[in-house]
Amino acid sequence: MSTPVRTSRRSSIRGGEAASGWLFTAPMIVLLGMFLVIPVLMALWVSFSDWNGRGSPFAASVSFVGVDNYSVLLGGGGLAEQDFGTALRNNAWYVLLVVPIQTMLALFLAVLVNRQILRGRGFFRTAFYFPSVTSSVAITVLWLFLFSSTGAVNKLLSFIGVNGPNWFNDPSGVLHNILGLFGVETGPAALTGNTFLGISFWEWLAGPSVAMSAFILMAVFTTGGTFMLLFIAALQNLSGEVVEAAMMDGANGWQRFWRVTLPQLRPTLFTVLTLGLIGAWQVFDQIYTGTQGGPGKTTLTPAYLSYQSAFTNQAWGQGAAIAFILFVIIVVFTLFQRWLLAERKVSARRMRPYLQTPRDGGSR
Amino acid sequence: MQRRNSRWLIGAGLTVVGALTLSACSSGSGFGGDTADAGGELTSDSSQGLNILIGSSGDAETASVNAAVAAWSEESGTDAKVSVASDLNQQLAQGFAAQKPADVFYLSTDALAGYASNGSLLAYGDDLANKDDFYPSLVSSFTYDGEFYCAPKDFSTLQLLINTDLWAAAGLTDADIPTTWDELATVSKTLTTGSQVGLAIGGEYARLGAFMAQAGGSLMNEDSTEVTADSAESVAGLEYAQTLLNDGVMSYASEIGAGWGGEAFGKQLSAMTIEGNWITGAMKNDFPDVNYTVAELPAGPEGQGTLQFTNCWGIAADSPNQAAALDLVEQLTSKDAQLTFSEEFGPMPSIQSAADEWKSANPTLVPFLDGAEYAKGVPNVQGSADVVSDLNAQLESLKTGDAQAILDSVQKNLEALLK
Repeated sequence: MSTPVRTSRRSSIRGGEAASGWLFTAPMIVLLGMFLVIPVLMALWVSFSDWNGRGSPFAASVSFVGVDNYSVLLGGGGLAEQDFGTALRNNAWYVLLVVPIQTMLALFLAVLVNRQILRGRGFFRTAFYFPSVTSSVAITVLWLFLFSSTGAVNKLLSFIGVNGPNWFNDPSGVLHNILGLFGVETGPAALTGNTFLGISFWEWLAGPSVAMSAFILMAVFTTGGTFMLLFIAALQNLSGEVVEAAMMDGANGWQRFWRVTLPQLRPTLFTVLTLGLIGAWQVFDQIYTGTQGGPGKTTLTPAYLSYQSAFTNQAWGQGAAIAFILFVIIVVFTLFQRWLLAERKVSARRMRPYLQTPRDGGSR
Repeated sequence: MQRRNSRWLIGAGLTVVGALTLSACSSGSGFGGDTADAGGELTSDSSQGLNILIGSSGDAETASVNAAVAAWSEESGTDAKVSVASDLNQQLAQGFAAQKPADVFYLSTDALAGYASNGSLLAYGDDLANKDDFYPSLVSSFTYDGEFYCAPKDFSTLQLLINTDLWAAAGLTDADIPTTWDELATVSKTLTTGSQVGLAIGGEYARLGAFMAQAGGSLMNEDSTEVTADSAESVAGLEYAQTLLNDGVMSYASEIGAGWGGEAFGKQLSAMTIEGNWITGAMKNDFPDVNYTVAELPAGPEGQGTLQFTNCWGIAADSPNQAAALDLVEQLTSKDAQLTFSEEFGPMPSIQSAADEWKSANPTLVPFLDGAEYAKGVPNVQGSADVVSDLNAQLESLKTGDAQAILDSVQKNLEALLK
């Protein structure tokens, strides 16, 4: 008799909690649904339809075309595939260079301005963070001036006797240029003859163009400060005792950083790398305000290509398809990176030095 | 744990479905799927004012269009509002997608096919009272699928600009103004010194295409139904340009540190350039001390040739007051209006009846208008903008490239669009 009463009472309390839970989260769920989930689902539908940009994508005249939009991009053999391949190539180099460099720079700056001994720490922190606060459009315009053929960067280079390139007008790939110094002008037939996504392997290996390199420098310059802030926060959360213990064990500064500090920063490193990867794969504003994909399509990125396909060329389905392929790429890269950074049991090979210590040291 | 997850999923799913239903309901009335063609009658809901969307080159153009529209508005009693687009393509696309587009707007040749094919545009060309007055080549630029869609707003052609001081300093006279390819090569060589190159142009199809035209080549035939990019004539045009580049008597503007031909010319990095009549504004504002003259481009093996660029006044198929819009466009393309535009911000009138007056008002710019006789339009088939930008990318390395191979790829890409 008493048991059912208690149960019903408890469940009514729990039920009330659940109801109020839903009540309080409902506004956010509705907002997210309206402005995020629905548009994303609509875009997904557009990527599988032949919607031509007039009226509602759900109108009766719009039909389902299966994976047509995707297959044109991934194996159509035409200009669309070639452009998509070029955009992926450009962005892959961008990611490959920007993500590691900005992470290392951010960590370096964070360690630098985290030292108690440094005078004017506040000033340096602000100075390094400043580029991140400025709008990317403003920085892009600044960059166009700095890197023009007669701009400040080339003036500086001329002081050390280097004749700087015409940065934003130079479509040549950096790796190709380096190979050119050794007299290699064209690649072996195996590379030039075979293609992936409409462009040859030799072109895939061109490296970022000189113009893209300027954008890479810009990304590192602007985001280095943002991520520095994350690293500072993490560094200040580390307890000094562990480091002191390492000192007592005789670890030098270098060893303390690599073996003690860095492993403790793993969660922050994951955040920084994830944010960096996502940001680097989505590069858009710089291209839109800066070069619009030129010179020679070497700064074309998938995000910009998606915009251009939809709004300029009226190929809405293709534009949406590019956006979803980009989404898949970002998810895959993030998962891979997460797997790479996951905490694992220390392997026997890495364990060995630690096990050997008592025997060799003999102090214990 | 699992039960909670599934509950959450059901909740989220319900929310999404609910929200979708809501949005579907609201779109039911507003964005109905009716794409009725404006075949016979024009809509004429006179209670609706007109929205005009322009992509302006600057304050002069904005003020000028504003004044012309205000005058029409006063006369006709219909409200009209001019807005300046910051990104015309994007704003047009948004308007069409929401089925609330601007009523009248600037439309470029390469955007025509896309909007025409999805039914966004009113094909009103044949209703224009002054239809036969437009230059025929401009009419064909705005003809898609056999229908004349919109009235050409104005146009420009490419011609040769010569720095008269550098010209005289090199010991050249009026008699030396080049009329053939050989003569152009010769004077370019004479004008090339250590500090300047004879001829500088933008490294893109919109300039190099003039050489193709002089050799009798083109990317597509006049009405964009057949691809002619890989013809021997087209190749000959590019190869001539290639020779000039390799002889060092012609450079791309970007190679000598200028953004475009006009800048190279104004900074006297080059003694000649090939540009359209829009250069006159830049010369007046940025380089007032540079003296120059305009000459017609030299003839190639197949006679004279140049490219023309134009925009039209588009009218939206969804406009509630197409009749008033048509009336406005007739007014804006009338002789008086076009001559006023020309005076205030420099474009050339698109109607033949204004030619004589324009020539006498702009005696030094006559070659630009004379070019209308033999100018060729740029392709207007859907997707051609993409192909042309790919061509431009390839032309950047024309110096070391293979003209035939470049044009072969263009041929392939353009043919794919016609399928």
